[in-house]
Amino acid sequence: MQDPGILYVIAVAIPLASFLILLIGGKRLGIVAAYIACAAILTSFAISTYGLVRYAREGNLFAAPAHHGGEAHGQSTKPSATFVAFRADADHQAGESAEHSPHDSEQGHDGGLVWSGQIRWTAFGEDEIRLGYHVDNLTVVMFFMVTLVASLIHIYSIGYMHEELHDPVHDPLAVERGQPPLERPGRFPRFFTYLSLFCFSMLGLVLSDNIFLVFVFWELVGVCSYLLIGFYYERRSAYRAAIKAFVTNRVGDFGMIVGLAIIWTTLGTFTFEETRVALAEGKLSGVLLTVAGLCIFAGCVGKSAQFPLHVWLPDAMEGPTPVSALIHAATMVAAGVYLVGRFYFLFSPEALLIIAIVGGITLFMAGTIAIVQTDIKRVLAYSTISQLGYMMLGLGVGGWVAGLFHLITHAFFKALLFLCSGSVIHAAGTQEMPEMGGLLRKMPITAITMLVGTLAIAGIPLFSGYYSKDAILAYTLYFAQQNGGLLGPALFLLAIGGAAITSFYMFRLWFMTFTGEPRDHHVYEHAHESPPVMTIPLIVLAVLSLIGGYGLGIGQPPAIELALQNGPAAHGAVFHPPHDVHTLAGTFAFGAVVLGIGLAVLFYGIQLLSPDDVAAQFPRLYQFLWNKWYFDELYAFLFVRPVLRISQWARSFDWNIIDGIVDGTAAWTVRLATMDGRFDFFIIDGIVNILGEVTYWFGERVRRIQTGLIRQYIVFLVVGTVAALALLFYVTSLFAR
Amino acid sequence: MNDTLLLSLIAFLPVGVAVLLSVVPGSKRELIKTISFAATVVVFVLTLFLVKMYFDLRNPDGSWPTLAERAAAAKQALRSGRPADPKDLVVRYPWIRPFEVEYYLGVDGISLPLIVLTSFISMLAMLASWNIDKYVRGYCMLFLLLETGMLGTFLALDFFLFYVFWELMLLPMYFLIGVWGAPSRVEVDGRVRGGPYAAIKFFIYTLVGSVLILIALLAFYFHPAEPGGNPAYTFDLMRLHEIGQSGTAYSLTFQIVMFLLLYVGFAIKVPLFPFHTWLPDAHVEAPTPISMILAGILLKMGGYGFARIAYPICPEAAQYLAWFLVAIGVINILYGALAAMAQTDFKKLVAYSSISHMGYVMLGFAVWSLAGDPNKWSMAFNGAMFQMIAHGISSPAMFFAVGVIYDRVHHRDLNRMGGLANIMPFYAGLSTIIFFAGMGLPGLCGFIGEVFTVLGSWQFSRTVAVLAASGVILTAGYILWTLQRVFLGTPSPNILGEGHGEGHDLKRFLPDLSIREWVIAVPMVVMAVVLGVYPDLVFRFMEPSVTDLILDLTKAVAGVR
Repeated sequence: MQDPGILYVIAVAIPLASFLILLIGGKRLGIVAAYIACAAILTSFAISTYGLVRYAREGNLFAAPAHHGGEAHGQSTKPSATFVAFRADADHQAGESAEHSPHDSEQGHDGGLVWSGQIRWTAFGEDEIRLGYHVDNLTVVMFFMVTLVASLIHIYSIGYMHEELHDPVHDPLAVERGQPPLERPGRFPRFFTYLSLFCFSMLGLVLSDNIFLVFVFWELVGVCSYLLIGFYYERRSAYRAAIKAFVTNRVGDFGMIVGLAIIWTTLGTFTFEETRVALAEGKLSGVLLTVAGLCIFAGCVGKSAQFPLHVWLPDAMEGPTPVSALIHAATMVAAGVYLVGRFYFLFSPEALLIIAIVGGITLFMAGTIAIVQTDIKRVLAYSTISQLGYMMLGLGVGGWVAGLFHLITHAFFKALLFLCSGSVIHAAGTQEMPEMGGLLRKMPITAITMLVGTLAIAGIPLFSGYYSKDAILAYTLYFAQQNGGLLGPALFLLAIGGAAITSFYMFRLWFMTFTGEPRDHHVYEHAHESPPVMTIPLIVLAVLSLIGGYGLGIGQPPAIELALQNGPAAHGAVFHPPHDVHTLAGTFAFGAVVLGIGLAVLFYGIQLLSPDDVAAQFPRLYQFLWNKWYFDELYAFLFVRPVLRISQWARSFDWNIIDGIVDGTAAWTVRLATMDGRFDFFIIDGIVNILGEVTYWFGERVRRIQTGLIRQYIVFLVVGTVAALALLFYVTSLFAR
Repeated sequence: MNDTLLLSLIAFLPVGVAVLLSVVPGSKRELIKTISFAATVVVFVLTLFLVKMYFDLRNPDGSWPTLAERAAAAKQALRSGRPADPKDLVVRYPWIRPFEVEYYLGVDGISLPLIVLTSFISMLAMLASWNIDKYVRGYCMLFLLLETGMLGTFLALDFFLFYVFWELMLLPMYFLIGVWGAPSRVEVDGRVRGGPYAAIKFFIYTLVGSVLILIALLAFYFHPAEPGGNPAYTFDLMRLHEIGQSGTAYSLTFQIVMFLLLYVGFAIKVPLFPFHTWLPDAHVEAPTPISMILAGILLKMGGYGFARIAYPICPEAAQYLAWFLVAIGVINILYGALAAMAQTDFKKLVAYSSISHMGYVMLGFAVWSLAGDPNKWSMAFNGAMFQMIAHGISSPAMFFAVGVIYDRVHHRDLNRMGGLANIMPFYAGLSTIIFFAGMGLPGLCGFIGEVFTVLGSWQFSRTVAVLAASGVILTAGYILWTLQRVFLGTPSPNILGEGHGEGHDLKRFLPDLSIREWVIAVPMVVMAVVLGVYPDLVFRFMEPSVTDLILDLTKAVAGVR
């Protein structure tokens, strides 16, 4: 095929087709729905694999640089200093007026390979909006990751959602605690319908060449998230979580709309490439540029559950676990990080600093909350928030490659961890870790694969998380060294502390679930290893979590890192901290991880220390963490309740003031009319009494046409109107002559 | 087809059929409904044909001859006695010669989408009228009379004729709300409410607005066309545009006074704060199809009035009052959304959401900054016009969704619903799409109008753009909350009335959508998706006319300053 970019468009369209088929097919499809959806996403995966291979060959994706890990290539953490002029592409402008002008270019700027194409969507005056696709190295990598993880989760879901094939379903998880199981229709096909819609939206988001189209897909993935969080919508907690997720995201999206407005008004374009060129020409700079960046970042804060909009993600765990794995761990929540990476040149140094700070706060705060949570999925949710914070921190301190590298490795091991937790929940029938314990013997595959995921997220050497997280820490340390003041060291401390916390709560989770004595025998008896349709994806993801950080040969830098930096998407933002910085950061990190694991072993592994004692010793701190830093309460107090109160004011303003005036005017008019009527009755009528008699006599005769039948009146009305118009026509035409 | 015949048929076919219905025996209800529905279908097909004719009107380079050009040519033809161009979609005949009143219809990109919308929604609303069983013949006749009024208003280019059609809508609407709406007079917190109240409120509000428009109409008629000249003596809107934009004929004071008169007249229809309280009352009492018409089309008359009359004739005043108008637009957006959030009556909530959504229309019109780039204003103005179309699809669909559930449970109390997603799954699915369209979800029609309005308003004022954009949060809040209260969770025990919900097989009492309901809902859902994905379907007609208008107005005002 001439243009491989079109293949990607097809890969996006296939899940859409699947969605439409499932939507029309509806319930009667049964398990076939899963096969259709799986076939669709697997086809997309095959296409994206082909695309990756082809891009790697043509774009020389995995070529190792001459001095990896040596001297820094660029000394500045400011990406704006390293912009490369965009090619003056004549046919880019020439195609504008054409109705439909897919234009493709094999060569991007800077020698990078780009497959792209656009169509005209609509225009206002001289401003034209064009939408299109853009395939560069970042797209290729993201697309491959999303289709791979999505395929595995689709397959896993066939097993996990099997209950939903029954009709009616008695799902104990789908009702409120303490109530009898609710009978409800099974929703197996619907689950896969939503998944297909999600895959379409997510892939579209990755493929878009402009911020407007990204925003469109951004909202669509949000809707899929809403629908899937609220999948068990009989349950109060589920629908509340769904609404919370959507509205919280809308707060970020509000910022994003403002960002769109700034970009459109000042630059007159939405596409990333044109924005980059315009920015390089200095068309938008200073405070407004920073504001624009922060507005776009606001959207990313919402989507990637960063402080202060992180509150929706833990509640989102109400959705089925495969959804948590796909949407709320691996792909959608990473979209915010992706967008920061994609739009990296938009962020001024000040904006990047804010991004780093937000990331640092997020990773630490979420980690501390995860320590005390007992719901297995909630621990993972806070760990996701924390890891997303690492990515933002990495991007913020200039580690463009590191942040996105962590995005990919995290997608593998976090999807794995969620699917493992799903396997546990599926088997144990509970999400509460205090009711588990000793499940290692019952479900060894799940336990071992989850251990792999835990080692990866903790950052144990040779596991994927080690490579990506160390890279972020190295950039943070380098940032701290390069910039004076306390901020850099503070960020580094947060990151190191976060690493210790991460390894602590993750091993806590693993020990509490799989080791020790069974704490609830009912749960233990009930537990069993999941079927192969669920365990095979676990094994595949475990392998990926292990090798995700490896190079293509011995001594090679990580392949994903190379793929990210060897292409146009990096926009020259790539530099590497010196080797000694890397080593120093790695040493710190390793110490922190060992400390975290050691504590976890002491508390939960060999149970030498009791966590309850510690909790009793610091009751305030424990309460603070248990209540998630009181964010929900704070937001209810600051925003939710005031808005509801103001809305009641609006309602009563309408009723009391506006309608009060209207009704009052009406009442006074009636009163006036009554007085007028009395005047008429007593005075004028007295005078014209005789006339009145005559009128009465006349009225007697006319009364006959007053039948009281409304339809007759209407006939008079209609006929009268027409007759009057006709008469008027006639008379005036006479008059005119 | 000859354009005289086509435009006249579109305008008068409904009323012709209404006259015809007067000879059909009132007892043949099915026949009457079928005839009426057939009439609305024919009108819809005619408007599609109108689209085709308008499309064929394009110059070789793809642009359209402006309405003003075509109107001037038609006038020339009329003066010289030559036959008029049968394809130019302008119809001019003398009507009341001594007063220079003309039978004068015309179509351009501003009115065309609204005309198609009117015939489309009328057709669906007629279909939704099938379960009306009271005075069927009267209902259908009034309905058709109303359709003529609406189509005529969008077609008329003579101010006098416009006014005649404008008034023609009023009376049928009054009866349709008063007679076929909720029958009873009820007391709420010591105040009279109910069908008759709502009908009279609607009537008086609109009548007040009409009177103000009438005053403006006469003032324009008698005002000199150039300084110190004779009175203009014209109702020709194109001529009035020319006079208003000449910059010499009208003083700024005169323009402002006229604009404010027109403003109140149109603001009542839109409706804009604080003239909006008739709308929730009217909607609550009106039968479902009339709510569809009211929300889908009647509200658009106000917006159309601004775009066709107030702005082009009084551009300096519009520019002078820009901040005031923008403020009103923003207030509408936020106030409407907040008030919607506080409602427990399903229909009232949807009515307030209309108020909120129509705020974007005023905002998009008003964000005219002389210093700024006219293309951005064009974007906002186009966004506002598109918002009228989008709201014209999503809002009738929302009212229809309310009607569906009202027909089954006979109440609209949101606190007494819930759990319908399992009982009526198809209804729930379609309603969710419809409400998402109202929420402004990308890929559905509501998004386009909102986002372009906001994007275009940034250059006028950053604060305004930010405030307007913040509306998306409130909108998401009340829409999702509403969906939750109706569809999610478990059914309220009082869903069928006090204590009647429990123990019943709700599926028997609450059947899913009937075929007729499918046929009504699906076209609106499809249009919501189509317009959301491919808005150029509307913009390709609308945008050239709007941009011409924008450039004319900018030139006119810039020339004066």
